[in-house]
Amino acid sequence: MALNWFKKLKTGLSKSASKVEDALASITGKKSIDQETVDNIEDQLILADLGIEVAARITKKIKDQKFELNKNKEVEKLDVAKTLASEIEQILLPCEKNLFENITSKPHVLFLAGVNGSGKTTTAAKLAEQFRIQNKTVVLAASDTFRAAAVEQLKTWGKRVGAHVVSGVDGGDSAAVAFKALQLAKNEGKDIVIVDTAGRLQNKKDLMEELTKTCKVLSKLDKNAPHQKVVVLDGTVGQNAHSQLKSFNEAIGLTGMIITKLDGSAKGGVVVSLAESYKIPIHAVGVGEGLDDLQTFKATSFSRALAGLDEI
Amino acid sequence: MSFKHGRNCGLNIRFGIKMFENLTDKLGNVFKGLTKRGALSEGDVDTALKEVRAALLDADVALSVVREFIDKVRIRAVGEEVLRSVTPGQQVIKIVNDVLIEVLGSDESELLIDHAPPAVILLVGLQGSGKTTTAGKLALHLKSKKRKKVMLASLDIYRPAAREQLKILGEQAEVLVLPEIDGESPEKIARRAMAASKIQAIDVLILDTAGRTTLDTAMMSEAQEVFKLSNPSETLLVADAMTGQDAVQTAKAFSELIKISGVVLTRSDGDARGGAALSMRSVTGCPIKFVGVSEKLDGLEPFYPDRAAGRILDMGDVVSLVEKAAETIAEEDAAHMMKRMSQGSFDMNDMLKQIGQLKKMGGLGGVMSMLPGIGKLQKQMAANNFNDKAISKQEAIIYSMTKKERINVALLNASRRKRIAFGSGTAVSDVNRLVKQQQDMARMMKKMGKMGGLGGLKNMMSSLGGGSSNSEQVSESQSPVMDANRMAELQKMMGGNMPNIGNMANRFGGAGLPGLGGKPSKKRR
Ligand SMILES: Nc1nc2c(ncn2[C@@H]2O[C@H](COP(=O)(O)OP(=O)(O)OP(=O)(O)O)[C@@H](O)[C@H]2O)c(=O)[nH]1
Ligand SMILES: [Mg+2]
Repeated sequence: MALNWFKKLKTGLSKSASKVEDALASITGKKSIDQETVDNIEDQLILADLGIEVAARITKKIKDQKFELNKNKEVEKLDVAKTLASEIEQILLPCEKNLFENITSKPHVLFLAGVNGSGKTTTAAKLAEQFRIQNKTVVLAASDTFRAAAVEQLKTWGKRVGAHVVSGVDGGDSAAVAFKALQLAKNEGKDIVIVDTAGRLQNKKDLMEELTKTCKVLSKLDKNAPHQKVVVLDGTVGQNAHSQLKSFNEAIGLTGMIITKLDGSAKGGVVVSLAESYKIPIHAVGVGEGLDDLQTFKATSFSRALAGLDEI
Repeated sequence: MSFKHGRNCGLNIRFGIKMFENLTDKLGNVFKGLTKRGALSEGDVDTALKEVRAALLDADVALSVVREFIDKVRIRAVGEEVLRSVTPGQQVIKIVNDVLIEVLGSDESELLIDHAPPAVILLVGLQGSGKTTTAGKLALHLKSKKRKKVMLASLDIYRPAAREQLKILGEQAEVLVLPEIDGESPEKIARRAMAASKIQAIDVLILDTAGRTTLDTAMMSEAQEVFKLSNPSETLLVADAMTGQDAVQTAKAFSELIKISGVVLTRSDGDARGGAALSMRSVTGCPIKFVGVSEKLDGLEPFYPDRAAGRILDMGDVVSLVEKAAETIAEEDAAHMMKRMSQGSFDMNDMLKQIGQLKKMGGLGGVMSMLPGIGKLQKQMAANNFNDKAISKQEAIIYSMTKKERINVALLNASRRKRIAFGSGTAVSDVNRLVKQQQDMARMMKKMGKMGGLGGLKNMMSSLGGGSSNSEQVSESQSPVMDANRMAELQKMMGGNMPNIGNMANRFGGAGLPGLGGKPSKKRR
């Protein structure tokens, strides 16, 4: 799976990766990292959405690094790329955390939230598929009672992954749907409840409160529920991801994040600065629209891909 | 799970926000060394622009676009006079803001759907960018505001319940939705939709497509196919306002394959700075036609460049401060000019100044709005047919005059007029008209002076307003003292050489104030 992950991700990151190579091309024949190369590296990091602060900091570390010269008496590009990767890796490593670790409660409630269209419903389906593979029974809670055909969408996925879908009435109380799903899971001895919520922008106070409320309602059935509260971030997002993470964290206390759409041309580099600022675990990345297009997040692979290196 | 999310609360402040709050301070420091008043030097500007670059990047403006933009600002800013009472840093921010509005702006944000029905609107974009919702919003907009007969059709055969979603939105908007048939390809659905639209006398057919990443070659060529066969009047790229650096990739990839005619920026009701607006605008060269501002079907608004610029830069306070300063100066200038006018000494130099102000202030309406009680007149003047080109022409004519001629038009004999016409690339008749106007104006001014200076002008303007079809603007306190003849005279004098006042309110204090106090025609010459 890891290799597959890297391949998919690398395809997505390939444009970025080849550009990192271009950026490093300016070192050829040089005994130290010159300003041009420094600027080039920094640009590449900015282009990957790492944000100016983090990009500048990482670049400075590379600039300050003493590199041994290769037999051509020049700085070895590969060494620079490796240093770049390891700088990013250091930031990401503490956040690498498998979502499927320590699932001890039964039923275990996984709560998904995020802005509109970030990939929550698809991710819910992908997760359900993973649980199915692990022989766990899943209940999907169609808590998005707002968006047109949101329930239909989840039901279609539910059929495909063999999960029971609990839904309410359109425009109805979303917390009640989640509650009903957990109740059903308890009564029927299901293993997992995945709550798919409606997309919402983080600056809509009432909608964020609705999330808080839904979590609270769930905790009435099980004081530890929801056991996992995961924000689903769109990989194409820029610096607004900071605001998203902050608000969703404040509303429900996030236990992790999943980054979607990394099969596109976006690099998702904003997670590097997110990891640094929030230390919230990163569980997985979405690399396509299929059920098996969810890959465990690996700090090393992600960093190496960003630095244009192959996987070890 | 024992993850403690509260631990880093102190760090949770967005770097970007901090930085933005400090941009003014930073620019302040940058310019500390610049004690003497005067023009912005190249060095000053470059230092300032480093900070501006950071601000733009933090607003998610794509790097390549930032570079281009900064170059534009540099050209505009170097040598720019710094206004009294503002700092050079503030002045730079104002210029940045102006250029932003210019780059973001566009005249052609209306949908072009009026040719042979059914006109097709094709929506394309990445997954989850908001195409389906936008389709519903456009349908409602066209139906209720433009009185069009609309049909919606979904070509998204991939995402579960995508077509169901569009169907529900269509029902909510009360427009026709192409019925779903299983097993059809997107191309086939598009053809069926076009045929159905013809039969049902549909004005506008809106085609919603599946989201696709630009790296997916199969899906991209599918989009190209649909584009070719449906020959859309509008092909709108729907993009998320929260998009980061990828905005450029996306915009490029789509516009390389199909001819994009406009951009819709969704989720603009979020708190993103929306740099993607600038990126998309720059890369596609297409106007941003709409922004999505809520999840509801009526949450579609026209794009306002000034608002977008305000968000990207987030320097509203500074911008209005500089505008205020400019306004003050303009007021002083206007008062000074009034004084000269009332003394009857209104020569070509004054005329030139007047024209320059018209241009900078967004036309005479802008200048007038600074005079108490006259602002309302702008609306009435909008009814007249003023145009900017005429103004530039007049400016060119005056610039072709010698200093002496400008002070004393009596010198202007036939051969001189011919020379001036030649020099300014105009016709002698244009020169004659201008001279006549200047003389009319001088005469009017003199009369006005006798009527009591500023107050007189105010009254005169009021009567002008009252003289047109709509008299509601004339308040009792400023009742007209002019006779009909004088009014007609004034109207004639003003007709034809005033710029379009329709968007004057916007331009005044907005893009209309680029130079501020500098030579108004610098750019054109
Ligand atoms: N390429 C790609 N597309 C994805 C990925 N994840 C989700 N999508 C697509 O993104 C679009 C939106 O996904 P949804 O799962 O409906 O997103 P959502 O967050 O549930 O959306 P709302 O409920 O409307 O807020 C769909 O077209 C998905 O197929 C991914 O990892 N890669
Ligand atoms: Mg959903």
